[in-house]
Amino acid sequence: MSVPADNAPASRQAGVREESRPSLAALLIDPSFWADWASVVGLVGLVILFGVTSPVFLSVANMQAMLLAAAILVVLSIGQTFVVATSGIDLSLAASVMLGAVILGLVHAAGLGIFAACALAVLATSAIGFMNGVLITAGRIPDFVVTLGTLSGITGLGLILSGGEPTMVGSTFLLKLASGYLGPFGYPVWVAIAAVLVAHVALYHTRFGVHLLATGGQAESASALGIRTNRVKIAAYTISGFCAGIASILLVARIGSAEPQINTSLLLNSVAAVVLGGVSLFGGRASILGPAIGALMLTALVNGLTLLSVSAFYQPLAVGVIVVLAALIMRYQK
Amino acid sequence: MSTVNHIAPSEAILACQGLSKHFGGIRAFTDVGFQARRGEVTAVIGDNGAGKSTLIRCLVGVHIPDGGTIYFDGRQHPFSNPDEARKSGIETVHQNLALIDELTVTQNLFLNREIVRRIGPFALLDRKAMKDQARAMLSRLSINVPSVTQRVRRLSGGQRQAISICRAAGSGAKLVVMDEPTAALGVQETANVEALIRKLREQGVSVILISHNFDQVRRLSDQIWVMRAGKMVATVRSSETTGNELVALVTGAA
Repeated sequence: MSVPADNAPASRQAGVREESRPSLAALLIDPSFWADWASVVGLVGLVILFGVTSPVFLSVANMQAMLLAAAILVVLSIGQTFVVATSGIDLSLAASVMLGAVILGLVHAAGLGIFAACALAVLATSAIGFMNGVLITAGRIPDFVVTLGTLSGITGLGLILSGGEPTMVGSTFLLKLASGYLGPFGYPVWVAIAAVLVAHVALYHTRFGVHLLATGGQAESASALGIRTNRVKIAAYTISGFCAGIASILLVARIGSAEPQINTSLLLNSVAAVVLGGVSLFGGRASILGPAIGALMLTALVNGLTLLSVSAFYQPLAVGVIVVLAALIMRYQK
Repeated sequence: MSTVNHIAPSEAILACQGLSKHFGGIRAFTDVGFQARRGEVTAVIGDNGAGKSTLIRCLVGVHIPDGGTIYFDGRQHPFSNPDEARKSGIETVHQNLALIDELTVTQNLFLNREIVRRIGPFALLDRKAMKDQARAMLSRLSINVPSVTQRVRRLSGGQRQAISICRAAGSGAKLVVMDEPTAALGVQETANVEALIRKLREQGVSVILISHNFDQVRRLSDQIWVMRAGKMVATVRSSETTGNELVALVTGAA
């Protein structure tokens, strides 16, 4: 049978007792519908807008390029989603990507082979996530403070390790990863699709997923029922770190070198995608498809504005306006 | 009337002797003896600050008592945490720690005891089985909710309390402990929850009920225990007492 996401107003299979289902009109005036589907509505709106104004936008080549560009953000948004679902936030995400990239570059330059380099990069970023989780739960420090500290700390660590210099990573594996295609999509897109599928199953079809949402919803009630909420939170931050590691591999593959520079828009956009995806910043309510489509939407926005030759200076402004609008809709839902 | 009579241990689902608990210099209760009979509704009443809630928290493992012994189901069983109590068959319906708003009825009913099916090394939720069982659990206790896939946030206070009780009873608990289950409810909702408690009793579940409402206690319970200023001062059969007598026992005017 079909297994619709719990956030989606889905049709039920026949044979089960008839569940009350809101009519389409009722759905359209319900703000929570718009909050849940903000990213989809936004994406469709942008595709129509840019498709009409810029003929290149809907070309196969541009679509493929856009999906490639979105892959990293999709993976990061998934990591951020797990953290936000516990009513936390991971501000160290983009810095972790940088550190992962630096470690990947250095290990590869030291001659340990590309697979060892990738594995160590993911291991390092996962360890950072784990450490974030432990500090937040066992140390009882607010998530905001911990991850802000981590952001600064690993920025410094990345600079120290790399000496501030980028490292070229000449690897056929990464080159193939960045430029190869399987069917209609490039490999990075497949990586993102795989991440979406795995995360979706983890969130909706495992005990961990339910416990994650319970922890984010009402941590005290959850722990009164015997859920180890601290462990759940640590796991969420570790997943976020793991996603940062995967993203760092995709990033190094895409630009061909490991740079000790933080792309702050990656962090902001990961939070933006999560908000657009209808995930509650207060925790307890999340989906994976929503933030993934939110990430696509933000990428489409930048892509479309570029095609329309709007100055790059306007892009952060446009992203900001859209995110605040999405947050407003979320607010009305209460 | 106001002596603490002892019953045969086999009759008691839960009993304690000489129990005391203090927090720093503040004494919550001292030398408390208490028994709840199998298959009965046992009420604990008392004024605010009499020590009812702390006593109950000690009995279900939330607090560790400083002294005294607790027997559950014939065995001496000091629980060191609520999880152990739950595993031995005591479920608690907390006054404020109840349901997770953003989860569905089914998810709440099965929280931390989800049904999974194994697929290779993975354990995936069996959502259909949980939904079917949730419907069965709710209908066994005649609880009406629009849909088991509805988020709990959208339900009324009475429905939410009913689901909390259903969750507690649904795990095959031998004893369900309820702390002020109708405190925040309207008249009709209170009546529904009371009917639910009677239904539990009919099905052989033992219940410990903490309440302020003397009428409710006389309607629902078989035995009433009275606490005053950290002491267990009296126990009476509900059928043999009056509202005035309970007021006198609680305030110490008797």
